[in-house]
This record gives sequence, structure tokens and C-alpha cells, in this order.
Amino acid sequence: MGLDPLRVVLGNGVTVIVKANHTTPAVSIVAGVGHGGYTDPPGKEGAAALCARVLDRGTVSRTAEAIADDLDGRGASLTVAVGRHQMSVSATCLAEDFQAVLALVADVARHPLFPEAEIVTRRADLITTIRQEEDNPASMAVDAFFSALYGAHPYSRKVRGTVASVEPLKRQDLVRCHQKGFQPSGLTMVVVGDVDEQSAVDVVSRAFGDWAATAPAGQAGGDRPAGGDKPFLSAEAARAKAEGLSIPDAPRATERNLVAVPMMNKSQADVAYGFVGIRRSDPDYMATAVMNNALGQYAIGGRLGDSIRERQGMAYYVFSALDAGFGEGPLYIRAGVSAGNVERTIASIDAELTAVLTDGFTAKEIDESKGYLVGSLPRQLETNRAIAAFLLNAEVFGLGLDYDVRLPDLIRAVTLEAANAAARRLLDPARATIAVAGPWHPPTLEVAQASSGETSPKRPSAAEAGPS
Amino acid sequence: MTVRETVLDNGLKVLVQEVHTAPLASVWCWYRVGSKDEAPGVTGVSHWVEHMNFKGTRNIPRDQVKGIIEKFGGAWNGYTWIDQTTYLETASADALDRMLFIEAERMDACLYDPADCESERTVIISELQGGENDPEQLLDTEVTAAAFKVHPYHHPTIGWLSDLRTMTREDLYGHYRRYYVPANATLVVVGDVESDDVLKRVESKFGGFAPGSPPARVTQTEPDQQAERRVVLRKAGTTAYWKAVYHAPAFADEAFFPMLVADAVLNGAAGLNIWSMGGVSRPQRSARLYRALVDGGLASTVSGALMPTDHPYLYSISASVAEGKTLAAVEDVVLQEIERLRRGGITPAEFAKVKAQLRARFVYDADSVTDIAHQLGFFETIGSWRAYHGIRERLDAVTPEQVHAAVQRYFTPENRTIGWFEPK
Repeated sequence: MGLDPLRVVLGNGVTVIVKANHTTPAVSIVAGVGHGGYTDPPGKEGAAALCARVLDRGTVSRTAEAIADDLDGRGASLTVAVGRHQMSVSATCLAEDFQAVLALVADVARHPLFPEAEIVTRRADLITTIRQEEDNPASMAVDAFFSALYGAHPYSRKVRGTVASVEPLKRQDLVRCHQKGFQPSGLTMVVVGDVDEQSAVDVVSRAFGDWAATAPAGQAGGDRPAGGDKPFLSAEAARAKAEGLSIPDAPRATERNLVAVPMMNKSQADVAYGFVGIRRSDPDYMATAVMNNALGQYAIGGRLGDSIRERQGMAYYVFSALDAGFGEGPLYIRAGVSAGNVERTIASIDAELTAVLTDGFTAKEIDESKGYLVGSLPRQLETNRAIAAFLLNAEVFGLGLDYDVRLPDLIRAVTLEAANAAARRLLDPARATIAVAGPWHPPTLEVAQASSGETSPKRPSAAEAGPS
Repeated sequence: MTVRETVLDNGLKVLVQEVHTAPLASVWCWYRVGSKDEAPGVTGVSHWVEHMNFKGTRNIPRDQVKGIIEKFGGAWNGYTWIDQTTYLETASADALDRMLFIEAERMDACLYDPADCESERTVIISELQGGENDPEQLLDTEVTAAAFKVHPYHHPTIGWLSDLRTMTREDLYGHYRRYYVPANATLVVVGDVESDDVLKRVESKFGGFAPGSPPARVTQTEPDQQAERRVVLRKAGTTAYWKAVYHAPAFADEAFFPMLVADAVLNGAAGLNIWSMGGVSRPQRSARLYRALVDGGLASTVSGALMPTDHPYLYSISASVAEGKTLAAVEDVVLQEIERLRRGGITPAEFAKVKAQLRARFVYDADSVTDIAHQLGFFETIGSWRAYHGIRERLDAVTPEQVHAAVQRYFTPENRTIGWFEPK
């Protein structure tokens, strides 16, 4: 039967999705918009990140202090998150506080004031966070990896920006970011929890129904809810709604590239190793997701975990991740290992990928990964927050209201051949981009060659200076 | 909320709660052993044993461990902390028998192959070193060790590196045999199950195990701290971190809930589920320390932690110092706020607010079968699962006078240890 949520598009284009779940007397609310750090103007990287931090720090009618008192008095939580292409305002509250908290979410989404004093304080917080990341080998390895992999493509930029780009941001930058991102037709409101579905739609209508677009954003319209269901977005329409622009293909690496971020004050090194991946809308998405599970997720890290953690005892964590979104996010492998094991770890990843490319996965591996991905769905859709995140994801990627029902068959339909083809399409040690951050110096050219078999490594270069 | 408690003849306690909202079941097996049960020289043995107990048993060959529950869509995990070690599987309720089988094997039949012990030594050292990459964790280890001179809460759960290098397979196996006995364990099953059916299966899988004897317990008591202690860690880094810990009441102590209220006044309510904590962000923007430090521009984050423990542990306050601000400035403000709390107490409005927050947190703490099962078992390891069902009542009974008395008693200068991480 599936989740079967109620979906309504208001007259002004706001999409409302509600799913009743009476397990606990609590409600999760997510307001998502298709605008994130990707569209920060050049030189203003971090504008969306700072906008998110200040968004809920005062509205036209409520001070930051009043918002804090209201939320804290109810034991409700409110967070604003930002990614490359999305921003979301999320709240969790008791069912008895749903109307009041939803009204607050709407106020924050529609009428943020961006007070100057709050901008000063939250900018300092953001800068401290950026500085903390500069001392974190995991963050530095991933940053260096994205920078080396994507080069001139916008995906090389960090959503959080840099100290240099965040310092000069002005209130006007945040106002502009909000105006571009928060328009009725671009907003999806998801409510999951101990509510009556139709009543919840009415509550959202009251909070958002009189909101008119302030920028050309498509179907801005009447001041009352239209009521009926509209056809679900197609994947293409969803992408257009998310960005209103097309994301260029990322350049593919033509050779192997190793970058190092020496951080000699650290106990352990972090390795990020990978490739440009695919879009969520790619026809090979499901086969790639199954392949990724078998490669670096299943049980303790799939094939990679078998080798690097279980057989060789080199790492507490090793896994692969597929970041398939509106653009071609990466497929990458991460591991934390001692400095003395960096070369051996990279060589082991090379060897596992080579084995996959040469012999493919076994039918058993792919069947097990498919079984896991299908069987884990009920567990992943147990809590209000998890259901809300799933429904928002289905909406923004145009996957359909019944995606939870269709998903098991989509996974089961992946064949061994398709998974192996997905591996051959993306994985290639000779074109891997590798970043290492930690107490480790780049090896000599000879060492790199010895560890990577038939590949032709580029001379290692230091990416960014480590902390002094 | 009906929990069915049964004790098998061999002493294994079984707790079953039927929750039919999703076709899932969560199985947790808890052992009353944690890092406080470790002697000098074998610190970290409980955690290492936990790792070894995922490595094959007499009836689950090493190469069949992988996927044993994943193929049912399930997830498994485990953790070790100061008072307890636990293992869990959450999967489709159809996999109940498989989950119970895994836990029965884990209790009785783990292999401790010498090569696996060696291979895991380096995995655990990697886990320790990964933690050391985080300055806040380094500071936490140093401050905790300084706060406890006598009680084994002194050493970190992962152990000291020197012990991890020297411990033997016999140390590990001996620890396993001593503590992994029915009389020292609690099995918790929550989900879309029938309790009669669960008990029948549990009896058939665990009923034949010899009871074992309940292991000897820690007898050391930490003496009252006589003077403020200080730890200053100077290492390369980008950010300064400040931390203070105060000796604090154990969960069973009547001062525990008054201190939980005091923490919520300072930092917002954190709840009492150490497994899911962080799932829902803390309501802290109107809390005293957040307003003074974060809104005041001195720190980018501040948090407090009062953990439910078997013996008296620590109440901690941690802050990351904002770029360009000083540890001394953060410390001044925190200590002023502590003094204000001691002298002025809390307002009726704050008292009502934090009680509402804590009640909401207790709801969020139990929003899945996995979390419900965690809470029952966790509190059983530090007293009784009935104490978990009593948390709302204990909170409701707290008076402002009790909060005042608790802060008078615990927030004294001589009861604290202060730590600085100073980047150089």
C-alpha cells in the first residue's frame, strides 16, 4: 500500500505533501527550496550558507529572541540546512504545537529580516566552522578531492565558501539569495506525523496561500488554494524548478592525479579516491547505486571493507559514496588510515577496482546488495523525519508520489550485467583522482608508479597548505 | 508501553515490547560490562572484545558473517561505553529468528581466531587515531583522566594506546568468557512480534547456556575532589576549545533530574537517549550559555552533557572559541553564568520552559522500535528498565528548590576540572 501521501499544489504554486503517522505524538516539517550554494555569484561563495544561518534569526514581525523563546518554550527544534542545489527549513515538534510551529516556519521562509547584528555574529560562526574544517583531515581530503576532480566546474567550490569569500558578504547578498530561492512555485512543504492530512493541508494553506511571487517564477497565482491534485512533476520539470538553469557536464579526468595536504600535527591520514559520477536522472542511476553498494557499502564496506578493514586491518572506516544529484556529483571512496598505510591503501583500492573491471561482481554480491536495498526500505521509512526527507527527495527529483512502492521493483530489475556496466562506465584506476590529508608526504614518482600498476601517475602536487 | 519481563532459569533477562506500527523488529543484547570494569594494563579490552564478537562463531563461519542480516534488509551495530556493551539488529520482523540466532551465537560461541585478533588490533588503533585527529576529543580524554584519580571512569573506552599494543588474545578471550554469560545479560526485543512466540524462540536458543556467575564489580569510589584541576593542551590547530567537567550524580541519585533541569537552563534540553542524540537538534537558543557565548560572539558552539551512568560521572560544558576570541574570555563568561545560577537560581518561566523541553525530548527519544529497545536495555544496564519508564515521573517531581540545592552542591570551584585546547 505504501506511504500514499496527500499532495496538493496551492494556487500560488506552493507544493504541499502530507503523510499522517500516528506512532508518536510528534510532527516533522520540512520546507524545501531548489536553491543552494551552486548559484552563489562568483566571489560570493558562502552567500547561501550564510543566508541559511541568518534566515531564522529574526523576521519582519518577530525578533531572533522571540523566535528562540517560542521554539525553546515548546521543546521544538528548527534547523536550516543548505546544499549545492537546495535549502531547507526543518522543524520537529509535539503534535499539539504543530500549527504554531508551522506558522513560524512559514514566517521564517517568507519574511526574514536579516538583521545586521545577526549577520555579524553568524558570519563569525561560519568562519570559525571553516577554520575548524581546515584542521580536520577528513574535510581537507574531501575538499582537495573536489577541487582536483572538478577543476573549473562549479562543483569544485565549497558551499560554505572560504574565509576570504565570506568576510565581505553584505546583507544585500543574503536578501538577494532569499529572493531568488524562496518563491511560492519553488517551495515544497512536507509534513509527516501525528496530524490529520486534510487539516494539515489547510494549516499550510493558511500560512502560505496569500504568498505571491516577487520574481518571475512560473505559475505564481491566486491567493487561495486551488485544492485539487496536480500531476506530479516530471524529472525534467523538477530539474528546471530546482535551478532554472542547466548544470554543465563535468570534465572527465584523462589521467591519474594525486594531491596531498600535509597535516603533520595529525594522528591519521584521510584518503578520498574517486571519479566524476552521474546525475540522479541518469538511466543508469539504479544500476550504479546497486554497484556502489556492492563496492563499498554492503555490510562493513562491501568489497573495499573486506579488503582494507577485514583482511588487512588497516582502517576503522572505508566506504564508497555515490553523490548523484541535479549535476554529476562524484562516486568516491573514503578511508582513514595511518600514514604508513596510505600507499598500501591506495594500491588496495586500485586492486579491488581492477578486479571489478576485469572479472565483474559475482551474481551473489549483486543479489545480496539488491536484497539489502529492497529490504531496508521499511526501516528507512520508520520515523517522521526519515519519511519527510524521502518524500521531499521524491518531489524534487520528480520520482513520483508512489516512489516508495515502485522502488523495490526498480532495484530488483538491476541485472548483474547492468551493475558491471555501471562499474566499467565510472571506475578506472588510471583516471582516478586521489587526495590525501594528514601526517603524510606525497611519495616519489617511483613509489606512486609501483603502487598503481599500469597507470601513469601525474607528479604529485600539494593542494592547499596545511595549518601552520 | 507494556513490557513483558521474563528471567530464564540461567539468569538471562528478556524484555519484550510489542509495537505493531511497522513490520520491523529490533533485537538488542546488552552486557553489564564497559570500560569501568577494566583493570590497568587491559584498558580498552571491552571495546576490542565487542569488535571480536562480529568475527565468526562455531555456527557462523567467518566468511558467512558478511550479509547475515543485511540480506534481510537489516542493519546491525554495537557499541561499548563506560558501563555497558551492546549489540543490535533491526530488520524485517520476519528475520526475528535470525537475529536471535546471531545474539545466541555471540553470547556463547565466538571464535577469537588469533589472526583475527591481530588484524583487529590495527583497526582499533586506527579508530583511536582517527579520534585523535579531533582536538575536542583529545581534550575530552585529557580532562576526563584528570577528573578521575581513582575510579576507572578515568580511562577512555577505547583504551590507552600502550595497552592496545600489548594486550593478548588470552586477555580478550578471558574477558569475553567472564562477562558474556546469561546472568550478566539482558535481551530486548521490540517490534512487530508476538511476545509468546519471542519467548519460545529465546528459550530454545539461550535456555541451554550455563548461567555463569555474575562478575565481580568495581568497588573504587572516587574521593571528593579537593581543588580545581586544570589541563592545558597546546598543539598545532586552528581553533581553541574550552571544556569544564564537574563530578555529577549517577542516574539513580535523587540529584540527577535536578541537574538535568539545570543543564537544560544552561544549554537547552538534550534528552536521555545516547544512541539517537543529535537526531533532533537541541532547543538551546534561549538557553543561558548559548545567549551569553554564541549570541555574545565569544564561541561558535556551546553544549552541556549530563549522561545517565551507573556510578557518579561528570557534567560537562564544552565550547568552541570563536575566531579571534580567547579561551580566557569564554571561561570568564561561563563561570559568571555558573555563579549567577548558584546565587540567583532559575526563574519560574525557565523552570516551566525546560520541563516542557525535556518532556518533548523524551518523546523524540523513542520514535522508532530501535530507539525504544535501546532505551529499555540501556537503563537496565545502569539499574532497571523500570527506571526508564519512571523518567517522566521523576522529571515532573523536580522542584526549583531541588535544582537550587543541586547546583549549590555540584557547581563548586573545587569540584571542577577545566581544560583548554590552545592552538599553536
